[in-house]
Amino acid sequence: MKVKLHGTRGSYPVSTAQNQKYGGNTPCVEVTEGRQRIIMDAGTGILGIDFGAYQDSDRIDIFLTHLHMDHIQGLAFCKPLFNPNQKIVIWGPADSEESLKTRLNRFLSPPLFPIPLRDIPSQLEICEMPNQAVEVGPFRILSEYISHPGPTLGYRVESGGKVLTYMPDHEPTIGRQGLYPEDEWVSGFDLAANADLLIHDSQYDAGEYQQKFGWGHSSLDMAVEYAERTGVKKLVLFHHDPNHSDAQLDEMFRAIVQNRSLDFSVEMAVQGAEIAV
Amino acid sequence: MPSNAIQMILSRQLADSLSVPVFLVDPEGNLLFYNVPAEAILGQKFEDTGPMPVGDWGTNFFPFDEDGTPIPPEGLPLVQTIHTQVPAHRTFWIKSLSGDSINISVSSIPLIGRDGDFCGAMAIFWNNKRNL
Repeated sequence: MKVKLHGTRGSYPVSTAQNQKYGGNTPCVEVTEGRQRIIMDAGTGILGIDFGAYQDSDRIDIFLTHLHMDHIQGLAFCKPLFNPNQKIVIWGPADSEESLKTRLNRFLSPPLFPIPLRDIPSQLEICEMPNQAVEVGPFRILSEYISHPGPTLGYRVESGGKVLTYMPDHEPTIGRQGLYPEDEWVSGFDLAANADLLIHDSQYDAGEYQQKFGWGHSSLDMAVEYAERTGVKKLVLFHHDPNHSDAQLDEMFRAIVQNRSLDFSVEMAVQGAEIAV
Repeated sequence: MPSNAIQMILSRQLADSLSVPVFLVDPEGNLLFYNVPAEAILGQKFEDTGPMPVGDWGTNFFPFDEDGTPIPPEGLPLVQTIHTQVPAHRTFWIKSLSGDSINISVSSIPLIGRDGDFCGAMAIFWNNKRNL
């Protein structure tokens, strides 16, 4: 698998001289295996995807973790949506009250967007993730609800004997010091267990998190603890706070890795980076 | 052991932050978690017992009704909610560790996820401050 980070920023996109190193687009990750592809989330990063490349399939599969704006705001301007010959399947979380299509339509309709969902020209299919694995080409995709406000999924993508776990928005414990000692009480544990690559929320430093219990995001410390606990081989710290400059992110990363012995590799998510899994 | 549903995990976090006894059970009635205030009712610590089958926890606090008749597990609100998947409530007596009989009210609610799956139930115990 190859994993390309097209958007790594949380909450809202930024574009300043102080945000060039880690990037300013909101979450979108392209996962390829040979010439097959799936896309995780549709933040503004999705606008950087070359939809003409790596594509054997006649359809594009987009897996949304949830419907907060930073994860869907690129969708409306995604060119394949306006190609009548293009089949697009959007997967996402179910909700007890409204269908995924109804909830997406709130965004993809006036007054927020000029074209209602029903008039999108592509062959659009909207599917709620089932309780079992979904298979798309060489990919086997599992999902679970994880701890974040509103219906939010984490994903486990298996292909070629390797595992990617994607949890861009995740607060595994809310205001509690440390994870529960029993694995079955750790949010999303089965999704992340022994993954080759974990892409995980790390929006805050430890001090900021103390002021933001229940907002649905992790500190870098929490992400590292989660990766240690789930036994992953590599952690990518993702969903950078838009208020954090490159220099601040550098310092936060230095603080989290110094004097710490980890048995997995860890790095900050950089927009445009490609990671071989 | 597979992970618990996120609704159960978040319920445990809620229970951890409350000063009233809370019990959490899975759809089979196994007691998955009880908080520190509930330890005083069961007379055991969760970290010592871990999860317990209904036959164990349902009789540990010797529940009985106004007539002094023991209440079997199926008469307890939490077990009823497991069977019916609807809320239940009952006031009854239990024996405390000190041997006192304490009048309590128990309210239980089903935990049903966003996808409609029944993933267990939560019960809150309330001490009515009527001791025998």
